[in-house]
Amino acid sequence: MTRTGFVLANLGRRKTRTVLTLLSMVMAFLLFGLLQAVNVLFAAGADFVGATRLVTQARVSFTQSLPMRLLPQIESVPGVEDVMWQQWFGAVWQENTQLIFFAADPTRLRAVYPEYVMPDAGWKAFEETRTGMIVGRSLANQYGWKIGQKIPIASNIFPQDDGSKNWAFDLVGIYDGKDAEWQRATNVGFINFAYFDEANQFGSGFAGTYTLRLSDPDRAAEVASTIDQMFENSPDETKTQTEKDFNLGFFKQIGDIGLIVRWILFAVFFTLLLVVGNTIAQSVRERIPELAILKTLGFSDGSVLAFVIAEAAFFCVIGGLLGLAIATPLGIAITNATGGSLPVAVDLQVWLTGAAAIVLLSLAVGLLPGLRAARLSIVDALAGR
Amino acid sequence: MLKQALAVTSMGLRSIPQRLGQSLVIVVGLAGVVAVFTALLAMAAGFQSTLQATGRADVALVMRGGSQAELNSGLTRDQGTLVKQAPGILQGEDKRPLASAEMVVIAELLKAGEKTGSNITVRGVEPAAFALRPQLKIVEGRRFEPGLRELIVGRGVTRQFQGAGLGETLRMRGSNWTVVGVFESGDANESELWADVEVAQSTFNRQGYSAVRVQLEDAAGLAALKDHLTADPRLNVDVESEQQYYSGQTKQFRQTIGALAGVVTFIMALGATFAALNTMYAAVGARAREIATLRAIGFEGLPVVVSIMLESLVLALAGGLVGAVLAYVLFNNMAVSTLGANFTQIVFSFAVTPELVGNGLIIAVVIGMIGGFLPALRAARQPVTTALRAA
Repeated sequence: MTRTGFVLANLGRRKTRTVLTLLSMVMAFLLFGLLQAVNVLFAAGADFVGATRLVTQARVSFTQSLPMRLLPQIESVPGVEDVMWQQWFGAVWQENTQLIFFAADPTRLRAVYPEYVMPDAGWKAFEETRTGMIVGRSLANQYGWKIGQKIPIASNIFPQDDGSKNWAFDLVGIYDGKDAEWQRATNVGFINFAYFDEANQFGSGFAGTYTLRLSDPDRAAEVASTIDQMFENSPDETKTQTEKDFNLGFFKQIGDIGLIVRWILFAVFFTLLLVVGNTIAQSVRERIPELAILKTLGFSDGSVLAFVIAEAAFFCVIGGLLGLAIATPLGIAITNATGGSLPVAVDLQVWLTGAAAIVLLSLAVGLLPGLRAARLSIVDALAGR
Repeated sequence: MLKQALAVTSMGLRSIPQRLGQSLVIVVGLAGVVAVFTALLAMAAGFQSTLQATGRADVALVMRGGSQAELNSGLTRDQGTLVKQAPGILQGEDKRPLASAEMVVIAELLKAGEKTGSNITVRGVEPAAFALRPQLKIVEGRRFEPGLRELIVGRGVTRQFQGAGLGETLRMRGSNWTVVGVFESGDANESELWADVEVAQSTFNRQGYSAVRVQLEDAAGLAALKDHLTADPRLNVDVESEQQYYSGQTKQFRQTIGALAGVVTFIMALGATFAALNTMYAAVGARAREIATLRAIGFEGLPVVVSIMLESLVLALAGGLVGAVLAYVLFNNMAVSTLGANFTQIVFSFAVTPELVGNGLIIAVVIGMIGGFLPALRAARQPVTTALRAA
């Protein structure tokens, strides 16, 4: 009998116990997979935007519109390659569903965000259609919008000149992200700024926030402070930060999601440690005379320790992998069910964290009973003392 | 029959210390489930009670049509005056309508230990604002002077954010504002900074208001006011009671937290059920000979089943209680903040309510029952002779 066979045979002795312990483990890692994915979404979710862009907002708050007249000054700062501005439209779909829509200039949008991929015809149509709009793939899929449709979108902020807040735009293009991460960020719609600026009742000249693409990401700090100094002590003081920091700050405002997730995971793993640890400890207790016989036969302390840790590892590895394997399609199902607004992606990063957790947990639950088994005194154990 | 069940149960319970490690698995497992469940929903409950306490039924909030939140709304000076002159509004001591036209803008403050700012509501108010919110009390310093760049700040803001303490200066749109007072109200107002509306308008270069609050003669007057204002062709407004406005804002947060709590609790509960089954199978295994002996001397199967289920229940309930106490001790009254409808932070506290604890204990009991049932059946069905012969 091989050593692996020996471990498996021992696990097969109490099938109910093995199966139930394994199932608890699967549940714990299923939860781990999903929560970790949520955590990544909020904590590191902003990483993929990179550091090549800066966001310039009004210092008092990004909800305060910066005026258009800052544009030439910002454009003239050395290191700034392209500048766009975007105005939050306050889009409302049907009764009460709020959507992420900005009014932006098509040409500038394309220059600042090369990560958004769309056929040239789409960009051209967006530039040429005053009432045009483009939306990301996941937004289009969620509401089943097709190119060529006129989509009624209301604004909870901007009335048109006639006082009505019910707008309608021609869908002229659907853009994709350049990779999987950017594809997840395709839940944003853009309308043509020129038309918006002219047709809204509050008048023109309000840019919202500026987004700047830099020639060299290393100059981000320098460019940011140059811009902010330029407008100091004016009524339109600015705050410029990298797009990543801007996004991160935004997520943080929703709440400390990371903290909540850490608390839940702490509770889950603490429980788990006890469940699996108890199973292993029990199985060692039951087999003390057998372990003594193994040692009598010449198995070293180290091998006995290895047997016990292998049993613990069995639960952690099989349970952990199964749990993560269930979490992966479940995450995709959640993503689809929420139309991409909650992209729970159990990806490589989550699997790697899971693998680390599996290793740590195996050692944590196997080590104590394993050491007890390794330190057995043969004579006492055989005598039943 | 009952006597038998009691006897077997008490025997089982008294032997728990011999199987302490095993029994602890149920207790800790359920403590985890109930603590997570209670804490998550305590967050939703705290948010809800904070916002519900804010709104009054006899104060109407008038915003521009379709705005959904004060931040998005805008009324001109003339429209504000029109609203205040509507019938059914209570008069103040000065014989003028008890109404406050208010302007909402956003400023950023830093949370302790963070580098990125959080949005805070800055509310420009008229003197009547204080009469409309009698729960609001200045606890340090004084009210702002009309015409000066002075602020009063809510207790929730001073607790959670830096740079807005009494005597400190805030910089907004190129001008300095001094904090001259701190107020408490026990509701969402505490998450705001207040200033004189005229000064705020000139600083932020705005002519109009965000919304008008009016004191109705009684709550039933809302419909009449609504009819009057919507019939006026010079206005395009939404009229609702403050209570409706704030209650409406809790829906999404409650749903989000509710869904999270549901999924997490369900998965954790499944795991805990398997652990409980494990424990009770082990307990039944350890007592196999004892149970067989009882059966041999004439005890029936049912009392055995009942006793094992009771043992599982007692352990589960103990776990549930530990979990609820943990959630209460660790989280009750802990202040946190999240984004509200105005896109600004609303400070609220976890509220571990008796109802939540009750629901948590129900979950514990259900898991305890399931965890005890199958092992109990196995124990009762075991042939007496086999069990007695087993080593």
